[in-house]
Amino acid sequence: MMLALEMYRSPAKYLAAKAVGGRIPGILTGPAAPLRLVTINEPKAEREGWARIRPILSGICGSDLGMVTGSTKLYFSAMVSMPFVPGHEIVGELLDDCEDLPKGTRVVMDSVLTCAARGVEPCEGCASGNTNRCDRITVGHVAPGLQTGFCQDTGGGWGNVMVAHRSQLYAVPDGMSDERAVLTEPLACAVHTALRAKVQPGQSILVSGAGAVGLFATLALRELTQAGRITVVAKHAKQRELARAFGASDVVAPDEVFRGVRRSTGAFRLKPEMAKEFLLGGVDIAVDAVGSKDSIDTVLRVTKAGGRVVLSGMPAAGSDLSPVWFRELELTGSYASARQEPNEQPAFETALELAAKAPLDGIVGARYPLYRWREAIDHAHSAGRLGTVKVAFDVRAS
Amino acid sequence: MSRPGFVLEVDDRTPPLIVHSGEGFLLERFPLGTRVVYPPEALPPVRDVEEAIQNALLNPIDSEPLPELLTAGMRLTIAFDDISLPLPPMKKPDIRQRIIEAVLTMAADAGVDDVEIISANALHRRLTPNELRDIVGERVFRSFFPDGKLYNFDAEDRDNLTHLGQTRHGEDVEISKRAAESDLLVYVNVNLVAMDGGHKSTSIGLASYKSLKHHHNSHTMIHSRSFMDHKASKMHHSAWRMGEVLTQHVKVFQIETTLNNNVFGGPLEFLQKREWEWSLKDQASMLATKRGLAAAPAKLRHKIFTDVRASYELTGVNAGAIEPVHEKTLEVVHRQHLVEVQGQSDVGIIGVPYLGPYNVNSVMNPILAACMGLGYHFNAYRGNPIVRKDGAVILYHPVPYEFSQLHHPSYVDFFEEVLSESTDPATIEAKFEKQYAEDPWYIHLYRTSYAYHGVHPFYMWYWISHALDHCGDIVWVGANRKTVERMGFRSASTLQDALEMVSHSVGRSPSITYLHNPPHLLADVR
Repeated sequence: MMLALEMYRSPAKYLAAKAVGGRIPGILTGPAAPLRLVTINEPKAEREGWARIRPILSGICGSDLGMVTGSTKLYFSAMVSMPFVPGHEIVGELLDDCEDLPKGTRVVMDSVLTCAARGVEPCEGCASGNTNRCDRITVGHVAPGLQTGFCQDTGGGWGNVMVAHRSQLYAVPDGMSDERAVLTEPLACAVHTALRAKVQPGQSILVSGAGAVGLFATLALRELTQAGRITVVAKHAKQRELARAFGASDVVAPDEVFRGVRRSTGAFRLKPEMAKEFLLGGVDIAVDAVGSKDSIDTVLRVTKAGGRVVLSGMPAAGSDLSPVWFRELELTGSYASARQEPNEQPAFETALELAAKAPLDGIVGARYPLYRWREAIDHAHSAGRLGTVKVAFDVRAS
Repeated sequence: MSRPGFVLEVDDRTPPLIVHSGEGFLLERFPLGTRVVYPPEALPPVRDVEEAIQNALLNPIDSEPLPELLTAGMRLTIAFDDISLPLPPMKKPDIRQRIIEAVLTMAADAGVDDVEIISANALHRRLTPNELRDIVGERVFRSFFPDGKLYNFDAEDRDNLTHLGQTRHGEDVEISKRAAESDLLVYVNVNLVAMDGGHKSTSIGLASYKSLKHHHNSHTMIHSRSFMDHKASKMHHSAWRMGEVLTQHVKVFQIETTLNNNVFGGPLEFLQKREWEWSLKDQASMLATKRGLAAAPAKLRHKIFTDVRASYELTGVNAGAIEPVHEKTLEVVHRQHLVEVQGQSDVGIIGVPYLGPYNVNSVMNPILAACMGLGYHFNAYRGNPIVRKDGAVILYHPVPYEFSQLHHPSYVDFFEEVLSESTDPATIEAKFEKQYAEDPWYIHLYRTSYAYHGVHPFYMWYWISHALDHCGDIVWVGANRKTVERMGFRSASTLQDALEMVSHSVGRSPSITYLHNPPHLLADVR
């Protein structure tokens, strides 16, 4: 038996969170949260290639918060199996030998449950190394779940024990702290985003959002590409400071985006009747790292004709796609990370290299035991305002 | 007979004194011993304006009479000072209208058909048709504007600029092609203060950025001490050198006018009277105005001030060759504005009014407020600044975070982007000026809308470079703390607080001089 936070099916709570969560944030970690602290059976690692892991630290991701707050689209409901233990950003310790990785190895995990993990023939995505595009995420010997942390059978990082397949695991180099290692998964997503952006030398980039996704995307863009000016949209003082440390050329507040981008690119600024302004000209590439309607509208409106917009945050509905049509924008999704990235190595390996050298000390700004999950979720909700980038569960302390 | 300016020393009997502060004013009690510099009263105007104009045109200085310079078939261009002068705008008819009408009458008599009239706005914003009409009058406007013969100078219209050469210092002289290729250029000036006029009129008013950047830069402006004394101003030296080149190529007939100090009339007349001489009516007007402004919503307050039209009267008009005309002009300007002040003081106090040259019919944004206080009023001296080196300047203005997107789009970016990185004029110039000057969006707005050129906020900042270099401390009373901090200054709630804040550099009993301006004055600091 083990202690875990469990996400369970509750249409009433889902609707309540969706309806009033925005106005009464307290309700999201109170009565409307479809999350509970339970003592449940440990998941089993009975098949070949699977092993148990004891999570050490487990981060709270935006997608985790989206489930709690009811903002995750029902689109994804067919790719999860309830109830499940969330948590896919982990650093943990192997409790069993796992092929070449001996028991006790510290590992990080690519959470996508691919064909290899499910024991089925590789789909087209997996065969080509684009494991994040796996088409078999609902079949095989594991319950449906697009990732560990959304699957009933695997457990997740918000529990004392979980299981993972060897194909998902990467050993953490000796000497790397747990606080850095736990950031590998979001860093791998950022690596994928940076490479999906297909940046040509000297191109200008806007990163909308300076939460973990935006900051890490900035870091990856600066480290892995020859981007020119990178402008980051940041709301809070700490975010502004970190964005610069991670390689932003300049940082603008959300209400200064049009002014700032116009200035830096020499674009023309137009204000339509009763609608949001836009630029003629603008950045070569924009990365949305928020996912809100407002942020997506903004990146679409400040990208130059023929430019590329990368959606890195889970997108909200209702954005105006007129600029995509009129400006012939290339709209690119960026989901999780792949085993075979354009730089010829798994995103996780690149991410581990980044985690080792990037200025990431203090990025995990708060750690909570599982039983203080309401405070942890509250904190994660207001992380930007409170000057925190990443909130994590300290599972061993639970 | 008007009384000259004088310096009052505040004593027990001195009443609270008017201090301008944006769209409002305060009654401030100054510490005992404070010197208050009052401008001279308005000089008596010329009796017959039309006669004075005719006399100037027919009996010019070092030039043939204007009718002799006008011949059929010639190309005649009339350029005039734009809306930045006078301040506030004068009641109709504008003196420029009267002069332009007189010139046009003579041109018509001589059979001159090819006439164009240009607002010499350099990198200032274009004037709207109504603003042009207010300056040149209905008759001239209707005759010339519809045919495109009355227009704003466009310093970014490459096809219509002419490079006349370089000065002996290598400065480019590039001006309006029409003006450069005219047989005669008549310049109609309003010489409100001593810095206006002379070679500054043509070689700045009709010049492009390529030309202006030689003197509108931090190095030149920090050494212009002051702008109000062209013989001691590096900016004017440069303009004079350019004028030499210009006049080698173009025949210029300069017409300069001077106005008296009748700035405020009607219910605001008390603002140009000495406080202890206020009549009951003045006191009532002051109280009503003060209470009314305090109660009025911001928009109404703005409108009240924007609608002010000064009752300026003509004190002189001179025409002919640029330099001798300007010397005559300066004599009258000095008679109207000069006040002798004995020695510098530790602290200078300046009330920044609601209006400067660049926010006519607009809002005074923080950069313009700084320029008005530290660029214009601080430089309103001849000889030495009123403040000693490393002394303190205390300014009054609310300095709200308020910009006109129509008129000052590059100012917003300058404030947000440039000043957040540095407030040092030379650093700013090196890193940002070119970007702003060549930004296609600013150029587009300058040419087609009513925006100041992208580089204009830099010039405003260079205007204050002498004050920044000279003063040890600059504190604003009653200002928005965030906006003045962005500009590198400090904010105080009251004069007492401001004096406390500057006490570390000027001591606890500093000598203080308050410039009671406007009406305009020029402190002749000995």
